[in-house]
Amino acid sequence: MTDTDDQHEQPEHHGHHPHVPHRHHDFDEHESVPVGVPAIALVGLTKSFGDLEVLKGIDLEIEPGEVVCVIGPSGSGKSTLLRCVNRLEEPTAGQVLIEGVDITDPHTDLDAMRTRIGMVFQSFNLFGHLSVRDNLCIAQRKVLKRHKHAAEAKAEEVLARVGLSEKIDEYPARLSGGQQQRVAIARALAMDPDMMLFDEATSALDPELVGEVLAVMRSLAESGMTMMVVTHEMHFARRVADRVVFMDGGFIVEQGPPDAVLGDPQHERTQRFLRQVNER
Amino acid sequence: MGWTDPVRPHGGGRLSVRTTTRETMHRRTKAKAWRYGIYAVTIAVILVIVLKADWGKLQEAFFDPQIFADQFPKIITQAARNTLIFTFFGFSGGLALGLLLALMRLSSIKPYRWAASTYIEIFRGLPALITIILIGFVLPIALGVRLPGTYTAGSTALAMVTGAYLAETIRAGIEAVPRGQMEAARSLGMGYGQSMKTIIIPQAFRIILPALTNELVILLKDTSLLFVLGTTGATIELTKFARDSVGDTFNGTPLVAAALVYLAITLPLTRAAAYLERRGRKSR
Ligand SMILES: Nc1ncnc2c1ncn2[C@@H]1O[C@H](COP(=O)(O)OP(=O)(O)OP(=O)(O)O)[C@@H](O)[C@H]1O
Ligand SMILES: [Mg+2]
Repeated sequence: MTDTDDQHEQPEHHGHHPHVPHRHHDFDEHESVPVGVPAIALVGLTKSFGDLEVLKGIDLEIEPGEVVCVIGPSGSGKSTLLRCVNRLEEPTAGQVLIEGVDITDPHTDLDAMRTRIGMVFQSFNLFGHLSVRDNLCIAQRKVLKRHKHAAEAKAEEVLARVGLSEKIDEYPARLSGGQQQRVAIARALAMDPDMMLFDEATSALDPELVGEVLAVMRSLAESGMTMMVVTHEMHFARRVADRVVFMDGGFIVEQGPPDAVLGDPQHERTQRFLRQVNER
Repeated sequence: MGWTDPVRPHGGGRLSVRTTTRETMHRRTKAKAWRYGIYAVTIAVILVIVLKADWGKLQEAFFDPQIFADQFPKIITQAARNTLIFTFFGFSGGLALGLLLALMRLSSIKPYRWAASTYIEIFRGLPALITIILIGFVLPIALGVRLPGTYTAGSTALAMVTGAYLAETIRAGIEAVPRGQMEAARSLGMGYGQSMKTIIIPQAFRIILPALTNELVILLKDTSLLFVLGTTGATIELTKFARDSVGDTFNGTPLVAAALVYLAITLPLTRAAAYLERRGRKSR
């Protein structure tokens, strides 16, 4: 019962930047995932808030190493969709398979599955009472049970990756928005996730700070990370995404390579949305 | 009707601008006259007291140096010490109970919420004295239940009352922590309890620190209610100590001494609470 454009169902991996369809992290702690299993698979996903049906049957598969940007008008259900992927939002019906494991199954260890899924929020959500170091270490220590030295070494590694090594002893309130968001990305990376979810990671930032966060996201994409990115940044989607998904009214209306969806949209609603975005 | 009212001068109907102004002025002058009248009366009363009072007699009754000196060291080593011990146990117990009740009120399990609300409503609605009498008197007499330990009955009663008040304070603190904090913690794989303990509650306590300090001051003063338990010797606290001493000496000086000891403890605390509140407002 999807509105999906069949023509673009299969993602393409022949972009001119080095996206490898398999992960090549040097730090994978999990049992290896069977080859050919999608990183994320949503099957007939619906979500209602009371009488309001926000997701009306979403089918979507994201392959390991793939970068998928989700675009669409405000209120179309993008955030809700993303939050269903790690069950911050409880789906009303349908399945969410993470590396083949159904996380809507009550017998699944949800907390363990969430360590494989990094999430970055619009409002950063750094832990205000903890230093940057402790923000990066706390879940490593408490959830992954890493030892202090291992956790701190990892914290330094991921902080270097987002270019903020010198801020390790700062508190979040003393960082700029862009720096806070980069720390938030590092906090997610410190868990060695297999995939990352971004919900409008740059929407709360002053325009001059957007670039630094997008640069980090882009280098992450180039390193082969599986990413599902809800964004209003069309340039980012065009340059970095393997696939763009356009949502409206709780459905996936159209999806495919960025050049196709953004450059030559087939659906009237996509065309209208892109026209409005470009006028801004 | 409703929305036209505010533009009309108070009950003045259709008045010209001039009359309105004159009426306002009239009202202001009247208010001024009242204020000066009150000042004058106050000053007159103070003057009469200062001139007519028998200062020698007052000093004798409330500031007798010998009696004042006699209060020491027991007023500190025994009375103030016991007051602080009751405060410490009452507050620690109240914090633990309050935290438990707050978490129950925020629980998704209905009977927990219901039980916590009932407890909070009852013990906030009752005078603290009733709870103290219940634990210290009624339980031993009516049921033969006597809590072991010197300080236990008094501390328990105070903790039960304080817990009910702190529960609401702590709940408000937890609710004041942005929702995104819990979501971020959960998205990192931390469980609900772990997220509460390491992320939410520490931040909640920062927010409510001024309120907690005020609760501490209130509790410290409420320890004086324990006199109904007939505290003597080992458990006598400041107020009972002063009252006994007044009875022995037929003089008000012990009360003044006790009051000064109370203030020496509470004033720094209330100043600290005010400071924390100001700092909290600035950092947000
Ligand atoms: N917790 C909730 N309770 C009730 N309604 C909700 C809740 N969360 C979202 N909604 C509603 O669901 C719809 C989709 O919201 P969602 O946040 O997923 O949209 P979005 O596509 O992310 O929009 P935006 O671009 O503005 O972020 C909206 O109508 C919103 O009001
Ligand atoms: Mg959104």
